[in-house]
Order: sequence, then structure tokens, then C-alpha cells
Amino acid sequence: MSAPDLAALLVRHEVQDFLYREAELLDERRYEEWLELFTDDARYFMPMRRNVPHDEPEREFTREGLDVNWFDEGKDTLARRVQQIRTGIHWAEEPPSRICHMVSNVQILHASPTEIGVKSRFLVYRNRVETETDVLVGKREDLLRRANGSFRIARRKIVLDQSVLLAKNLTFFF
Amino acid sequence: MADLDPGSLDGLVDVDRGTVSREIFVNEEIYRREQEQIFARAWLFVGHESQVPRPGDFAVSSMGEESVILCRDRAGRLHVFLNSCRHRGMKVCRYDEGNTVEFLCPYHGWSYGTDGALVGVPFGKDAYGEQLDKRRWGLIEVAQLENYKGGIWATWDASAPSFFDYLGGYKLYLDLLLDGWDGREGGTEVIGGVHKWLIPCNWKFPAENFSGDRYHGVSHRSVDMVGIGPSGQGRRDMGERNQARWLDVSFPELGHSMIAFLRPHDAPLAPAYEDAPIVADYFRRCEEERHRRRGAQWRLFGGPGTMFPNTSPLARQPRTLAVWHPRGPHQTEVWRWYLVDADAPAEVKDFLRHYYIRYSGPSGLTEQDDMENWNYAHKASRGIIARQYPYNYEMGLGRATRGFEDHGLRLPGAITDVTGATASEHNQRGFYRRWRQFMASASWKELVAP
Ligand code: FES
Ligand SMILES: [Fe+2]
Repeated sequence: MSAPDLAALLVRHEVQDFLYREAELLDERRYEEWLELFTDDARYFMPMRRNVPHDEPEREFTREGLDVNWFDEGKDTLARRVQQIRTGIHWAEEPPSRICHMVSNVQILHASPTEIGVKSRFLVYRNRVETETDVLVGKREDLLRRANGSFRIARRKIVLDQSVLLAKNLTFFF
Repeated sequence: MADLDPGSLDGLVDVDRGTVSREIFVNEEIYRREQEQIFARAWLFVGHESQVPRPGDFAVSSMGEESVILCRDRAGRLHVFLNSCRHRGMKVCRYDEGNTVEFLCPYHGWSYGTDGALVGVPFGKDAYGEQLDKRRWGLIEVAQLENYKGGIWATWDASAPSFFDYLGGYKLYLDLLLDGWDGREGGTEVIGGVHKWLIPCNWKFPAENFSGDRYHGVSHRSVDMVGIGPSGQGRRDMGERNQARWLDVSFPELGHSMIAFLRPHDAPLAPAYEDAPIVADYFRRCEEERHRRRGAQWRLFGGPGTMFPNTSPLARQPRTLAVWHPRGPHQTEVWRWYLVDADAPAEVKDFLRHYYIRYSGPSGLTEQDDMENWNYAHKASRGIIARQYPYNYEMGLGRATRGFEDHGLRLPGAITDVTGATASEHNQRGFYRRWRQFMASASWKELVAP
């Protein structure tokens, strides 16, 4: 194996480790530590999707910064979501849901000494109260910045593979 | 209860005593009857003109359970069609939106123009000879359609009154949503993207909640603690509300209602949008302009409401319009449009867009908790024991007045002043009074003069 190949393998391994640790924080409800993984200027974006003709793909997604989206926010709003869960009276997450994040298909899109673009797949399973169950599947595109020997998430785009949202709410994170 | 005779409805909905049976939320037969009695006859919100600006533009929507196409034909006229082929019923459009010259049925290939006319039939001459009269087999179109200040409403019932008769005195309150903040007629547009999601409860839970539920503060206490409002506190700006009279406005004979507020005639504007000076400045100028344009009516501002049966304007901030589409007795599909002044500065629109997203819908810190409550209120009402016990709607019974007046300003509707009481169920009772009339009446004749 050549040296550049080895370096690429190492980067992917590092990034995978980071994403798995992130999922662990979420599933263990360590939301404050999870927030720490984001840069202060982070963007967190999830568009809505439309059924459109195959040759008009530009109409398929609602636009970041312009349209109404499922999420289109920075760290401040994310932090408020965490605070709300911690109030203990955010009824949509009280009692807390059982949530499991599966992350796979990790692909490095580009890597420089400071920034790494990474694409992955997610499967988020939520079960709450008695029989209520949601399974949300899709893709993520992250922009990671190197910081203190690890990474910070500077941007996350979440592409959910649904048009009409089949879950009653999005009280959890992707 | 398998069978339902109109007389039994009286026992289910007794608004004079303030009780409503749980059956009307969970019973399959009542749900089926609602489709015929209410959704096939009432005026329903379909979409917004700005979704179909050019000839050939279309946007698929829903009227009750059924898929419809809102379409601007090649000549520029608006239509609403049932999204179902006349041959074997295939959906002729499975896109959410687009621009087209025709709707081509994917099953056997009948095609329809944007005006609904059947224009193409494969092997037409050979297979049908002279038999098929194409003029009789165009797409099924609504009986009446109205474009009111950009909002498109329609009804399947040719005998229904005009949209404006259906709206009645509620026009003044619906205008609070659709007019510009500066009091200009119309002047609103929708932000791109319609929220669409499924919630596990009967459609009447959200419809009655929006009609006038000021009582559910505990639902939203967590978001109030966290603070997502335009001034960084609570979930919204309360300054103007705190100095206003709180009015529950209902039109029981129509079923429409709104939570409204009336500013004092002699007080200055309360501060708002304190996190964003440009936005604060914009709305202050709009309020002054509104005062000039509307005179004393300037003092009236709105909140959530429901236009019978399932359209809910939210006339203040976040300024939205929701439709609660029935999807079986135990499920509702919500569609949500978000409105802004069409010529507001970009900074204002962007500020509001962020506020709307963090407040409303499935990702909104406020409404997430509404949906949890509707979900489990519905679920816990389905059992054979639970169904025997009605819900209580006694709050504020007998306190409504007609001919409301405040310093010379008269307001239409039956109004309960809840400034001291904080809340009443006056609006919900009006909603269910009309619901019962729709369910019991055989014709629009009876519904117009019940
Ligand atoms: S169902 Fe449309 S052409 Fe046959
Ligand atoms: Fe609410």
C-alpha cells in the first residue's frame, strides 16, 4: 500500500471513529457534550423534498437560507433544543424516547490539513412511550474542521428520504 | 355504535351544556359521515396563488381525503381538479408541483389539457368509433373556486353559498392574516416550501386547538423557559398582548373563530422584536401606516383561529396557515404555509423564516408539544370505557355578547372578553355547534338558515 493510500485510510478511520463517538453521545443522551462537537458558527440544515419530474432535480429540495425547511439553523437554536429537553417538561421528549443512531457508508469527499468533507448514511430509530416507533433513513454531508487533535462539525446537511414527513415531530438530532 | 341517526348527534354534542362526546373523535362511522357531510360540502383551502404564477403551473393539494390539482391553464385561469383519471381512476399527477402542457395518465394514456379537457385518447377513432364524447369525460372540477387575496378556496358543492357568504363577518379576522402588516389589502406571499407531515390524532384536535385554546400554557412551558421569541424571551412577544383586551371571537352560525386582541385606544405601541432592530423598525413603520389606513380598526390584531372546518390561520407571529387534512379517524396530515409581507425587506423575511421554523411544525420547539398532547389525548379516548365519558367545554359558558363595542369600535361576531379570565371555550363551542349542524343537515338550504 502506498503512503498516500495509507494516509487516506487513516483519515477515513479517524472520521469514522469521530462519527461513531458522536452517535454514542446522542444515544446516551449526553446532549451538552454533543453540542461541544459543533463549531460556534456551525450550520445545521435539513431541506424538505418534493416529487418532481426527473429532469427538474433543482426543484426537488427546498433551499437553504431561502425556503421553509425542516431545519435551517445555527448552534444557538440547537442549544435551545437541548435546553428544552433538559427542562423535564418538554412533553414530546418526556418521558425520554429510546433513540438509536446507525451511521454507515462513510465516504471522504475531500480532505485538507484543516477541513474534511464527509458523506455518510444514517438510520435513526426512535421508540417512545409504548408502541410509538419511527425509523428515519437518509444521507448526511458534513464539513469537519480539525481542532485539538479531533474534529468539530462546521456544517451538517441532512437529507431525509421522505417527502411527507411520517414522524409527528423531529425532537431528536441527526 | 354502528348506526347513526341524526337525532343521536344531539346527545353527542351538547354545546349549551358544554359537553362533547369522545365518539365524534374516534368513531369510524362518524368519520365516514364527516367526509360526506362536511368535506364534500364546505369551502376548503387548496393553496396559494403564488404556487402557480405562470400558465401551465400546477401544485397538487388535498381536499379532505382526496388528491386535487391546483392548476393555472394556458389562458391563465385557475382550476382545481380531482386528481383521478376518468377512465380507471389513476392519479393523473404524482408530482407535487411543476409546469406542463397536459396531464398524461400513465395507465392507458388518456391526456387532459391544463383546463381539464380530455384531449387525447389512444386509438380513439379505432377503438371507440363515434361512441366516446370527449367533452363529457374531462377531469372532474370543483363546483366553485375563489381566489381571495392569493388564497385559493374551493368546494365540490354547487349549492354551497358563495365564498364571501361562507366567510361572513369572519372576513375582518381572516384579513388580519392575508392583508399586509401596514393594512394594505392583500400584500402577502408565501415563503417557498410547504410543511407536510402526519400526526396520529383526529383532525378536530388541532382544528379546535387553533380555534381558540388559550388554556394550554402548560403544554408550552418548556419553550417559554428556553426562549425562542423575537425578543429572545418566551415563545413570542407578549408586550402588545399584555396591554390589550383579550377577545375570543366566534361565529357559531358559521363555525369560524379566532383568538383576537384589542389594543387600548390611548396607549403607545409596545416594544417588540428587540433582538433585531431592522425588523423592529419595519413593524413599527407598518403599524403606523396601518393606523393611518384603518383608523380605529388599527387596534385589532389576531392570533390563531379556525375557519370551519379545517383551515387555521395564525394571523400574528408566526404568521401561518395550516390545513388539517383528515386521513382516517386516527390520523391527520398537516399542511402548513408560511406568510410574509410580499415587499418586506429581505432581512425581515429572513428573520421571520427562522422564527417560523423554530416555532412551528414538527421541528418547532412550540408545536412539538402540541402534537404530543393531541396524540395521547386521542389515544386515551379510544377505549370502550373512555368513550362513555364526554369532554368538558364549560369554560366561560354564557359570557358571550353580540354587538361588542370598545371606545366606538364595534366588532362583528359573538365575543367573550377573557381579559380577566385568561381563557374560555367559547370558540370551541361555536366550532362544534356548526359541526353538529353540518352532520345533521341534509342540504345547504338547512345549513344557511339552521
Ligand atoms: S386509467 Fe387513465 S387512461 Fe386508463
Ligand atoms: Fe399550542
